[in-house]
Amino acid sequence: MAKLVMQLDELSCPSCMQKIQAGVSQQAGVESVKVLFNASKVKTEYDETTTNPEQLTQVVTDLGYNVKSVKVK
Amino acid sequence: MRFQRWLQAVKNQTALAVGVLIAVAYGWYWLGGPVVVMQGLLLVASVLGVAPILMQAYQALKVKVVSIDLLVTIAVIGAFVIGEYNESAIVTFLFLFGSYLEQRTLKKTRESIRSLSEMAPQTAQVVADDGTVTAVDVDDVAIGDHVLVKAGGQVPVDGTVITGSAFVNEASITGEAQLVKKEVGASVYSGAIVDNGTLTVVANQVGDDTTFAQIVELVEEAQDSKSPAEKFIDRFATYYTPAVLVLALVVGLITRDFKLAITILVLGCPGALVIGAPVSIVAGIGNGAKNGVLIKGGEVVNTMAGIDTMVFDKTGTLTKGETAVAQVVNYAADEATVLKLAAAVEKQSDHPLALAVVSYAQQQGLTALPIVTHIETLKGLGVKAQVGEQLVRIGRAQLLTDAGIIINKQQRAVIEASQRAGQSTVLVAIDQTLALIIGIADTVKPEAKAALARLRKAGVKNLVMLTGDNEQTAAAIAREVGITEFHANLLPAEKVDYLKTYQAKGQKVAFIGDGINDSPSLALADIGIAMGSGTDVAIETSDIVLMQSTLSEVVYADYLTKATARNTVQNIVIAVGTVALLLLGLILGYVQMASGMFVHEISILVVILNAMRLIRFKVR
Repeated sequence: MAKLVMQLDELSCPSCMQKIQAGVSQQAGVESVKVLFNASKVKTEYDETTTNPEQLTQVVTDLGYNVKSVKVK
Repeated sequence: MRFQRWLQAVKNQTALAVGVLIAVAYGWYWLGGPVVVMQGLLLVASVLGVAPILMQAYQALKVKVVSIDLLVTIAVIGAFVIGEYNESAIVTFLFLFGSYLEQRTLKKTRESIRSLSEMAPQTAQVVADDGTVTAVDVDDVAIGDHVLVKAGGQVPVDGTVITGSAFVNEASITGEAQLVKKEVGASVYSGAIVDNGTLTVVANQVGDDTTFAQIVELVEEAQDSKSPAEKFIDRFATYYTPAVLVLALVVGLITRDFKLAITILVLGCPGALVIGAPVSIVAGIGNGAKNGVLIKGGEVVNTMAGIDTMVFDKTGTLTKGETAVAQVVNYAADEATVLKLAAAVEKQSDHPLALAVVSYAQQQGLTALPIVTHIETLKGLGVKAQVGEQLVRIGRAQLLTDAGIIINKQQRAVIEASQRAGQSTVLVAIDQTLALIIGIADTVKPEAKAALARLRKAGVKNLVMLTGDNEQTAAAIAREVGITEFHANLLPAEKVDYLKTYQAKGQKVAFIGDGINDSPSLALADIGIAMGSGTDVAIETSDIVLMQSTLSEVVYADYLTKATARNTVQNIVIAVGTVALLLLGLILGYVQMASGMFVHEISILVVILNAMRLIRFKVR
């Protein structure tokens, strides 16, 4: 299990949170997703054999949210 | 993909463009221009405005989420279809502009926490063994590395000072801006700023393990940690939005009034309700964090606001914990020898009483302490240790009597006198004989009495002190601080029992302790408040951490949580009230799509602005 923290631009709409939450959790290999609305961060635990940081970041970017930085734990 | 990203990025400019087009359209018409031109401009404005909203709705649908964007998109397209270009244009403008304003104001609300995490040090100056200094990413510093911090610089790790001395600003950790002098042997926090002086620090904790990083993480998680009410509203919102869609459809089919149906879509947006409580919590927690009061979530805020009983630990909580040996009564052949043995054993403990014994021995010039081969702690009673050939017991009278050691009448009288003077007594026994009676005095925190009085006035009806110390000392301290109910000679488990009794009576109990010795009580109480000064244990086990370890912070926490809870209620009332008013307006025919959207956006902004009042909250 690897952990990833993505820092996004300011999130202002509650539905953004739902979109990102749904989008990332539907990815194969993702164990858990937590969207911190107020810190504008996405924390996720995933199986590194099935997916990787680049793929997960792409999902968020595709939804229309700019990922400012990624921290792999 | 790229087009989508671009569309999102220029959302604000789009809002502006749409606004301008609408203004021009109306202006032109009022100046006598043809209706067609106005309609044309409004059409263009609508198309321009709906594009980003449509995109957001589409992306949400792709992950099976029915979002507000979908409702607005359908409504706008609907208005378009029936030729109401002014409605469609105005609604898109209000939605986009509203979104922009929300972003701006939310940013301000989250400012305190944002500035906290931005204060995190990024680089460190690592000193190699040969003396060369290299700039290194703060995440690459290892435990044991030496880092150099010069005036104006930030301490990048949690560590101990090995050379140099400086005045340091620890505001980012404790919330207190007073400069603290740090010399060799002192511990420093990551995030602290060296005001003047230079320090070389050996790293004890790095990266995400530093107190600062933990605080930032704690506060970030706390902002989004939802109370049951918030969780309910979230779930409600997930079902509510599709329900509005269905309702509009049904109404449209029944009444055949297309305009009514799409107006319902617009009015049905949950907006202010979803954001109402969370935004207050964020502002409240942010304010707390700036002032050294770390509140771990929305639920904590609500529970703390309803506390009617506060139970205080004595040593380190009501008292300074800066214990000093007041008197030593010796029964052994050589006082110095026994003191050396006692100090050797007490050196193994962090308890304030132990520290007092150790520093007393140091002051007496007693160095070269013997080696302790084995030590056993008996919780609440003391310690038992093997030093060379001798068995040393240090602790309460019960520790000795349990082992069959006799304490004669005269000795008991000495203990009694010492306790009546407000001292904590520590008995030292070598093998089977009582050797020393040490009286240790601790001072009550200067702000204690005033703080407790304020708490009582604020509505905390019951103030209780629980301590493991003796009855006499407890009585003296209680008298000085203004507490009427106290219980002494308690083992940690017995303290927990008292908490259970209060809770069984229906009281809402907060326990205030120092985190290390009071974990069970902190865990069991409805609210555990730790005077942690940043220890890991305190941060872990409590609900609220007071970084300055003062009782005034307890008062602050109480007032702040009450204000935040009130603010949350205000926001929910505003949100629900607005929806009710809009529905009424719709029925009475006053409300249209555009005006409905306008009121809707206003309510969201009102709610956010109301929450922002908490940012400036202060306890007078």
